[in-house]
Amino acid sequence: MLEILLDATVRAGTPILFATLGAIINERAGIINLGIEGLMLIGALAGFAGTQASGSLLVGVLAAFVAALLAGSIHAFITVQLRGNQIVSGLALTMFGIGITALFGRSMVGLTIDGFKRVAIPGLSQLPVVGKAFFNQDLLIYFSFLLVVAIAFFFYHTRWGLALRTVGENPAAADTCGVPVTLTRFLAVTIGSGIVGIGGAYLSLATTPMWIENMTAGRGWIAVALVIFASWSSYRALAGAYLFGGITAMQLRFQAMGTTVSVHILQMLPYFFTILVLVISTIRLQKGASQQPENLGQPYDREDRK
Amino acid sequence: MKRFILMALSVMLILPQLAATVEANDKKIKTGFIYVGPVGDAGWTFAHDQGRKEMETLSFVEPSTYIESVPEGAESARVITGLVRKGHNLVFTTSFGYMDATLDVARRNKDVVFMHCSGYKTAENVGNYFGRMYEPRYLSGIVAGKMTKTDVIGYVAAFPIPEVIRGINAFTLGVRSVNPKAQVRVVWTQTWFDPGIERDAADSLLDVGADVLAMHQDAPATLQAAEARGAYVIGYNSDTRSFAPNAFLTAPIWNWGPLYSKVAQQVKDGTWKSESIWWGMQQDLVRLAPLSDKVPADVKQLVKEKTAAIKSGKLHPFDGPIKDQNGQIVVAAGSTHSDSELLGMSYFVEGVQGTIPK
Repeated sequence: MLEILLDATVRAGTPILFATLGAIINERAGIINLGIEGLMLIGALAGFAGTQASGSLLVGVLAAFVAALLAGSIHAFITVQLRGNQIVSGLALTMFGIGITALFGRSMVGLTIDGFKRVAIPGLSQLPVVGKAFFNQDLLIYFSFLLVVAIAFFFYHTRWGLALRTVGENPAAADTCGVPVTLTRFLAVTIGSGIVGIGGAYLSLATTPMWIENMTAGRGWIAVALVIFASWSSYRALAGAYLFGGITAMQLRFQAMGTTVSVHILQMLPYFFTILVLVISTIRLQKGASQQPENLGQPYDREDRK
Repeated sequence: MKRFILMALSVMLILPQLAATVEANDKKIKTGFIYVGPVGDAGWTFAHDQGRKEMETLSFVEPSTYIESVPEGAESARVITGLVRKGHNLVFTTSFGYMDATLDVARRNKDVVFMHCSGYKTAENVGNYFGRMYEPRYLSGIVAGKMTKTDVIGYVAAFPIPEVIRGINAFTLGVRSVNPKAQVRVVWTQTWFDPGIERDAADSLLDVGADVLAMHQDAPATLQAAEARGAYVIGYNSDTRSFAPNAFLTAPIWNWGPLYSKVAQQVKDGTWKSESIWWGMQQDLVRLAPLSDKVPADVKQLVKEKTAAIKSGKLHPFDGPIKDQNGQIVVAAGSTHSDSELLGMSYFVEGVQGTIPK
């Protein structure tokens, strides 16, 4: 039972995990991105259409990445180059994503593809309890594991990662040190958006291999909240995404088994945890120990440097 | 001369009536639709849109307008008013949550006819309409009861409201009419539309041994879950067998076209009056999609007979005796649930495993 539950947890958590990782890269560079929901939809449609046209899942994932990257570049252009309001631009991006995918997705409704299949990793997939959940999954899930580690490594063990974090914390200092602030922010927003798009593609290529309008059903907003939950760390993003996925999976399975735990209590849990984490992170913020990038949400203009 | 005056008089008397008749025949119907979801949802809204297109083929109906994904509640009043301002004289609002907004706009626009789907309020110029979906649900239950080998049937359900509960009960009564050992397990998703959660709910039912799934959701994710695991599935809303070519058995589906055409005709003829329409299989508003080749011939024959019995009024899915989950008799032998009891249904019949969240 625990094995099945863990397996369902990982599968439900993965799209949110990709989206949260992408959002973290945005915010580490100082740019708030509320367009996650729209980017996920763009990724979901582009992924499905790419696979449908080519018959290749890899092409689909790449199409999702590129399409979301291009859509993200709109947000990057407005917030980085034009120094526009990040909240407004992000919300507009979400609405844009919902609308444009509805328009171009019309011909995709009802079509089918062969989605991602499970690939067992020899040896590891035989481990008790965790074997099936973590090592008998599809390739995109393995990719998400790698991405979590790669992003953490990038942030803390590479020059580029340091530069990106500095741009988010103190762009003026970074600029003084010769870090190209505008370029760094632009790349962070676009590449982060591309990764969000892969999260959407997970829904249309693995969870339910089909395209339906608005199929992300609000997962992008959960990712926006999870960034704070994860306090901008990729490892905690993994924990948070699985927590949300796990609670959903758990309450559905409790019902299927016929337990008498109240549905309402089970469905309240994810939001209860969000509040709890917000309380904890706010307390940490007051103690000056928050992980929030210092310059988050602030446009940078060299002329205004103090 | 006298005769001439008489003729002139009678002509004068008849002319306005003639003119009126001519005017009625020329009357163009401009219809507008408010949808709760996107037309591409392959479900609820898609089915309404098919009905709209069928109605549009009538010669006197002008090209109609539809507005998708309109939020329920007060916000929808603005959208409905917009349709009225643009000269629509027949407006369909196709979700429960538009009820009060529809009545509100209707009060201020008496020359427009409004039809609200799935509610319970009417007004002088507001009628409401819905379908007896429990009839084809009962028939689909017969198919499920015959096809299950584990005697566990899963049901992915949206919200614990009478409409959904009625469907689960009718389905279960159909199942138990041919397979008294079978259980129907219910999982609530608390959402009409979330493919990911619907898929997960379907998987959780397959994990506890269900080999036939049914659902009351707007996305076809349950179909894919059954297809992926080699189980059978019963769809809903519209015939979406392309999502599960091997798993799909049948689906209780909507067929709004005849109703929309009839209402448009009535408004044109001036015979429309406010009423509550609750049509069933007899009027072809609800149907059972064609059974797949996986269904054996004897089951097909049985379903055919039961379909005929329902259409002729000989069989009512909620004919007694019916027991609830605790074994208490709720409908005695020889009687049946009244329409008002059906519309307020809030208990599960014997054979359903699951609880109704209070």
